Amino acid sequence: MTSLVYFSSASDNTHRFVQKLDVAAERIPLRPTDPFLHVSDPYVLVVPTYGGGNEGGAVPRQVVRFLNDEGNRSLIRGVIAAGNTNFGEAYCIAGDIIAAKCQVPYLYAFELMGTAEDVSRVRDGLERFWQRQSV
Amino acid sequence: MVKLINRVSAINWNKLQDEKDLEVWDRLTGNFWLPEKVPLSNDIQSWATLTDVEKQMTTRVFTGLTLLDTIQGTVGAVSLIPDSLTPHEEAVYTNIAFMESVHARSYSSIFSTLISTPEIDEAFRWSEENPSLQRKAEIVLGYYNGDDPLKRKVASTMLESFLFYSGFYAPMFWSSRAKLTNTADLIRLIIRDEAVHGYYIGYKFQKGLELVSPAERDELKDYTFSLLFELYENEVEYTQDLYDPLGLTEDVKKFLRYNANKALMNLGYEALFPKDETDVNPAILSALSPNADENHDFFSGSGSSYVIGKAVNTEDEDWDF
Repeated sequence: MTSLVYFSSASDNTHRFVQKLDVAAERIPLRPTDPFLHVSDPYVLVVPTYGGGNEGGAVPRQVVRFLNDEGNRSLIRGVIAAGNTNFGEAYCIAGDIIAAKCQVPYLYAFELMGTAEDVSRVRDGLERFWQRQSV
Repeated sequence: MVKLINRVSAINWNKLQDEKDLEVWDRLTGNFWLPEKVPLSNDIQSWATLTDVEKQMTTRVFTGLTLLDTIQGTVGAVSLIPDSLTPHEEAVYTNIAFMESVHARSYSSIFSTLISTPEIDEAFRWSEENPSLQRKAEIVLGYYNGDDPLKRKVASTMLESFLFYSGFYAPMFWSSRAKLTNTADLIRLIIRDEAVHGYYIGYKFQKGLELVSPAERDELKDYTFSLLFELYENEVEYTQDLYDPLGLTEDVKKFLRYNANKALMNLGYEALFPKDETDVNPAILSALSPNADENHDFFSGSGSSYVIGKAVNTEDEDWDF
């Protein structure tokens, strides 16, 4: 069973964070030519925020495409966002956008690839989160 | 002596070796700004409320930042160009170099708007004579002029993601007290740029690491951490020189360690300083990012109610469910 779905660009920051969590996870593919990811179990989405610019595009296109699939969208249960406080008001805003659009809780925000503290809080938090979901 | 590129071929942005180059180019050009867009003169009255000691600290901070941006614009980012793995990487460095010059230019706009000529002259003299500031410049310039491309990227990422922050603290401090708020807005634009610069140069460092032997990789990791310690020791002294008169040094040091961790992460390494040494004053963190102190830790609460994010319109045309 998959409990996490995540996107990570070639910088692999989010990928490293998810690896440290050591839970089952599927990665949304980077390139349009890669096979499309369809999920079949409820999941929490981990998403990096693209950079705090004057333009939109805070949510990576690949994640938008993944969530535009109704089957995928119906199974999202929460969102965790990564970012950098240097982006000011746009810090981790991908989490705000997805939580509002999908009406799911915004569970946690962390910077870059996350600290040891972030990893342990998210790992423990996810465990309790899924227990509550199954009640 | 910086070597010249020994290859001349026209850049083709429609043929990418590394998609990160275009992504970062788009982000940097999308973030382009000039100091004229910030109404700095609205801070004149606020500046007049600062004490002489506060004015002196602030002016010295800005001359120190000017020095670092000058180095990064005219030497640092330029020195990375010959080491580029792709032609698009070269182009991104030219953008970074130019924006660093815009940053250096911006401090002069702040000076001419708020500060008298004798005060500015005193601060520039101070920055030329302050041993820790000069040492900081010497350490970084040493690597820029050296012949190791990866060490150059480490030094550059340290500058972008760590060495600026002893200075950036001051405008965030004033902003948290509702002072010099327009100046703080301008500094936030600089801080945003430095995040992309540090991220990109750190990313290219990691790409470079993939091409060297495991032994060299280990050596570079050791080098990175010892450079960080050397720079940190020096930053502590610089911080004392600037902030001891105002009793802010310990608060600034937390901010330094917090950013040192982020510099390491940009280079692909784990954070070094533990949480209780990096718990930045919430007022400073909030001045940097109003979103950072919002409750985005659902896990630590009772979890009985769902936290729904605030609605934000996105411009992605295919975001239509």
